[in-house]
Amino acid sequence: MTTTEVGWQQLDRRTVVVTALTTAGVCVGGGVPAVYWIGRATSLWIALAIVLPGAALVIAIAALADLLRWHKTRYRVLADRVQLNKGIVFRTRRSLARERIRSVDLTAGPLLRVFRLVNVKIGTGEQTGAGQSSLSLYPVARAEAERLRRELLDRTPAGALGDAGDGRLATLDPQWIRYAPMSFVTPTLGAAAFGLVLQVADWFGMQDGVVMWTFNRMRELPLVVAILVLVVIGLVIGLVAASALFVEMWWQYRLDREPGGTLRVRRGLLTARSISLEERRLRGVELVEPLGNRLLGAARVDAVATGLVKQSENESTDHKTLLPAAPRTEADRVAAAVLREPVSPTAAVVLRAHPVAARGRRIRWGLAGAAAPALVLLLLGWLLSVEVLLHLAWLSAVVLVPIAVALALDAYRNLGHGIAGEYLVARSGSVRRGTVALQRRGVIGWTARQSIFQRRKGLLTLTATTAAGSGGYSVHDVGESQGLAFAEAAVPDLFGPFLDRAADESDSSRV
Amino acid sequence: MSAMSIGEGAALRLRPPSNQVDRRAVPWWRTTLLLTGGVPVLVLVVLAVFLSGARFWLLLPAAVLTVLTLLSALLLPLWWYRVHRWEVTDEAVYTRTGAIWQEWRVVPMSRIQTVDTQRGPLEQYFGLATVTVTTASARGAVKIPGLQHMLAADLAQQLTETTQATPGDAT
Repeated sequence: MTTTEVGWQQLDRRTVVVTALTTAGVCVGGGVPAVYWIGRATSLWIALAIVLPGAALVIAIAALADLLRWHKTRYRVLADRVQLNKGIVFRTRRSLARERIRSVDLTAGPLLRVFRLVNVKIGTGEQTGAGQSSLSLYPVARAEAERLRRELLDRTPAGALGDAGDGRLATLDPQWIRYAPMSFVTPTLGAAAFGLVLQVADWFGMQDGVVMWTFNRMRELPLVVAILVLVVIGLVIGLVAASALFVEMWWQYRLDREPGGTLRVRRGLLTARSISLEERRLRGVELVEPLGNRLLGAARVDAVATGLVKQSENESTDHKTLLPAAPRTEADRVAAAVLREPVSPTAAVVLRAHPVAARGRRIRWGLAGAAAPALVLLLLGWLLSVEVLLHLAWLSAVVLVPIAVALALDAYRNLGHGIAGEYLVARSGSVRRGTVALQRRGVIGWTARQSIFQRRKGLLTLTATTAAGSGGYSVHDVGESQGLAFAEAAVPDLFGPFLDRAADESDSSRV
Repeated sequence: MSAMSIGEGAALRLRPPSNQVDRRAVPWWRTTLLLTGGVPVLVLVVLAVFLSGARFWLLLPAAVLTVLTLLSALLLPLWWYRVHRWEVTDEAVYTRTGAIWQEWRVVPMSRIQTVDTQRGPLEQYFGLATVTVTTASARGAVKIPGLQHMLAADLAQQLTETTQATPGDAT
């Protein structure tokens, strides 16, 4: 670290080496097929003579650009704010008020870890324009990153000793890996593997060869068996890949409570990640049970917090996850520990069921969803007079209808709401069952929504709006009186003044 | 379960907010609907004039769209006018909006972050304005459309003053 003027610091200089090595890696990936193709047209030596200097030039340019970027980037931490000056052509100066800083997240890929470097992202979590609310240091030395994190997130007043924190709240149990393949990730990765094989073969002009080779291996087998073999191979690859992905993401996972009221998640096998969450931003937790995990009795815990940095859909789910899929009891224990409650509200609550009319709605949706593909197949089969499609139509109906009805019944059984101490709890969903426990004082408004169909059945959907998480959490298809009574009990005096008690069924105020 | 599910004692229902929107909201909504439906109809008709080959397949959707636009412009604003109501008390803003999906929303004064009034060109023509009340929630913004514009300005002023007097950071 060189200090040029008052407190200004530079990023770590080794970033240039990292960039050069990363670019070299990309060059190898692109260069090998290039050498292969040019080599086939001419000779290996000519191919190397063309590709190697090209790669060297690309690496040199990347390294130089990074050196320039390093040279032009300065940051400093003042008593009241953090400043960053950067940009080669367009200079940007960014300044974040320290009291507004909500997160300091650290990430280090394998290469950065070799050099003991870390990428730091400092965020205020405000929903202002993109980039305005965060500040990235790319990269700094690990010790410096830790120092920044501690300094920026510790809210204990200077001089005071503060509470020491509870230390470790949860660590990874390697057995949890068995939950990882139980999701849509497995078939997706399996299919992706086939795509990858064909793509790589295509680079070397051997796509047809690979397809023919597979076809020849399968020729003796009946069609159904051949398809089954391919599906099984895909699933096995997907299973291994999903498990590997889980290990990469969650290896060495640990959840700590640190002095100054910060929750910290650290995890990752190759890429090490550290995500911090200020406790005073926490408005509750959500226990998420995707169907596959629920069948095995597992649940994951997501934080419901204000101002979580949301970069992309992918990253947002990672950032708010406090505990990966783990046995239900462990999930409840961690939820309780995170909320500083003796028992998790998601476990303590007595959920009240919703009116039977909600079940009818779910069954009708399910049947409509199951009928749609059958009708399309039927129509196509009739128009094109292809008999196979007609058979597929009734087959799909026979398969899909029971599944749809089962899911609908399950979805109805899962509907529920209740109050547990300072939390209101709402549960819904079948394929993804979510049980949210939201601090009652975190509710900043109510929305009641009713379609004309719901009105006929006396149902409504109640949404508690909040500054945290997705902005609103819903109690679906609750009975009208039941829901309004719940809203009033959970957060008094919001809907209260606007309620008609003992309203007559034939009220003319309905429009 | 259904006996349990009825709240303690009497049936509860949200009463309609006290104020209706301005009468001129009906022609405003009507004009908006006519314009949104009219532009594609016009495009289809112009295309039909030039492309004689596809004339039938251009005029058919144009006719369907015209009927739909006229029907919705005739009926929807009347429905909306009956549904759309608002109320501001010392404690909260309370609105009812929608038609097929009706929505009742309540936001307490202490949670209001900003109050805006908007006037599009059509709203200006009809002397109307929309008041938008935002909260810290991504889903919490409450809109009161179709207010007489002086009333909207007064309301925004009043809401801003009330919320400034309320302590807290509204999250």
